[in-house]
Amino acid sequence: MSGFTFSEKQEEEIAGILAKYPFKKSAMLPLLTLVQRAERVISPEAMVAISQKLDCSPAYVQSVLSFYTMYHTEKVGRYMILFCINISCQLNGCDKLLEYTADKLDIEVGGTTADEKFTLHREECLADCTNAPMMRINDTYYGDLTEQRIDQILDSLD
Amino acid sequence: MTQILFKNINMKDLHTMKVYEEQGGYQSLKKAFDQKPDEIIDAVKASGLRGRGGAGFPTGLKWSFLAKDVFPRYLCCNADESEPGTCKDRELLLKNPHMLIEGMILCSYACRIETGYIYMRGEFHDLSFIMDKAIEEAHAKGYLGKNIMGTGFNLEIYTHLGAGAYICGEESALLNSLEGGRGEPRMKPPFPAVEGLYAKPTVINNVETLCVVPYIVNEGAEKYASLGTEKSKGTKLVSVSGHVKKPGNYEVVMGTSTREIIYDLAGGIRDDNELKAFIPGGSSVPMLPASQVDVGYDYESLAAAGTMLGSGALIVIDNKANIVETTLRLISFYMHESCGKCTPCREGTRWLHQIVERILQHKGQLEYVNKLEDICDNMAFKTFCPLADACVSPVMSSIKHFRSEYEEYFKNTPVGSV
Repeated sequence: MSGFTFSEKQEEEIAGILAKYPFKKSAMLPLLTLVQRAERVISPEAMVAISQKLDCSPAYVQSVLSFYTMYHTEKVGRYMILFCINISCQLNGCDKLLEYTADKLDIEVGGTTADEKFTLHREECLADCTNAPMMRINDTYYGDLTEQRIDQILDSLD
Repeated sequence: MTQILFKNINMKDLHTMKVYEEQGGYQSLKKAFDQKPDEIIDAVKASGLRGRGGAGFPTGLKWSFLAKDVFPRYLCCNADESEPGTCKDRELLLKNPHMLIEGMILCSYACRIETGYIYMRGEFHDLSFIMDKAIEEAHAKGYLGKNIMGTGFNLEIYTHLGAGAYICGEESALLNSLEGGRGEPRMKPPFPAVEGLYAKPTVINNVETLCVVPYIVNEGAEKYASLGTEKSKGTKLVSVSGHVKKPGNYEVVMGTSTREIIYDLAGGIRDDNELKAFIPGGSSVPMLPASQVDVGYDYESLAAAGTMLGSGALIVIDNKANIVETTLRLISFYMHESCGKCTPCREGTRWLHQIVERILQHKGQLEYVNKLEDICDNMAFKTFCPLADACVSPVMSSIKHFRSEYEEYFKNTPVGSV
């Protein structure tokens, strides 16, 4: 299988990652994260490329990535919205806000908008309970959500 | 109120080396390096510090369990903070990363460790940039790297990100994940102190635990041990969330009454409602009814009340909330996060979910509650790791204290009709 190569910059990054560990395999999650962030998906070709870096089988790579929720084998949107629905957020009314967000984006929870801009996922506790209800979009945490604030946040992203 | 971890927490630019050092940061290193490694372990033992991640195991004792004369050894800082209700480590990592590095240096010196990893949950990607920057600054200052401060002691610290699995906060699952595998817990023994990361002796400590160590080295074990109760020493960060006026992370001396935390620090119950229940230590510990709000916030008092201090996440529930719905939300969490390795947990969480869901749809009957208790009995303490026990906590405690709320759902459903 071919079709996936790491860029020169990624190769440099990978060398830095591998240097952190006495055993290559420890770089598994970091490499998967690197691909997920760059491609928004981990393709079978990318699994092969990662397996070659780590001297393991592509099947092993797949078995590991299937365990973790942050890796996706179907492409996600440019903005990944993780909407916390766990206890502190639930007590603060997150369910209605999640529904509101899904309606606003006109997608089901778990889905991606047609223009691949947003993916909306229900998420377990994100460790920001004192600002509940909250969500994470890509690397940014947004707390104390209200319908108005969700409007502002989503409208500000291009 | 005594503040150790949160003393300067909101100071501008505390996350930078410059400000951290101006506030006395890294002063403990010289003090430590003038002592033998074992003396640091003895001090941590004498301080009475216990693990702040959930289990509350004595930290100094943990360090002293490392297999003798086996090297290399590893330090893993557990920054996989995912226990629902808990967000104290996030605040420490965000605002005071150097305090963690200082604590990790002290622990590594004491335990003769030369490599440390900070295992952060994947969702903390933003914090890993802050942490990496702080590590870089510590390198530039010579606090990390080779021959630190001319002592011959070497240490490298690296950040490592997980990818969205609660179970990786369990120490042996964390190790499997860090080794590049699925985050499934290991059979114990052997314990990590004997065979941990890469089958080498490993110390695993929570962020908050390691952050306390500089204080112990600077001020002395006695001073730390003078705070708190007889067996619960020092201070604890408490994440107060839910139906309170001022949710937030607060540092309290062990033994402070829970009433004081909820009503004085967190401003009391919102919207003039009344307190109905509270979960004192994160979603994995049994909830208590409002009548027990005067319980002391320390390991022993909470244990005597039938619950645990856990990770220090105080979740406050008011009288308008539906306990059965809240319980279902927690079961749903454990069902989602069960790694699937042990049958009682994999199947049990799902069964509990199905039954409580049916109850909420008014399709249950009185025997269902007994069935829930029966399933819980078959889950608790029957698995590799405590995730199944954690799921049992909200179910059993909600039935114990709020059985009538379950029974409300069966009022119009005659026995045998569904």
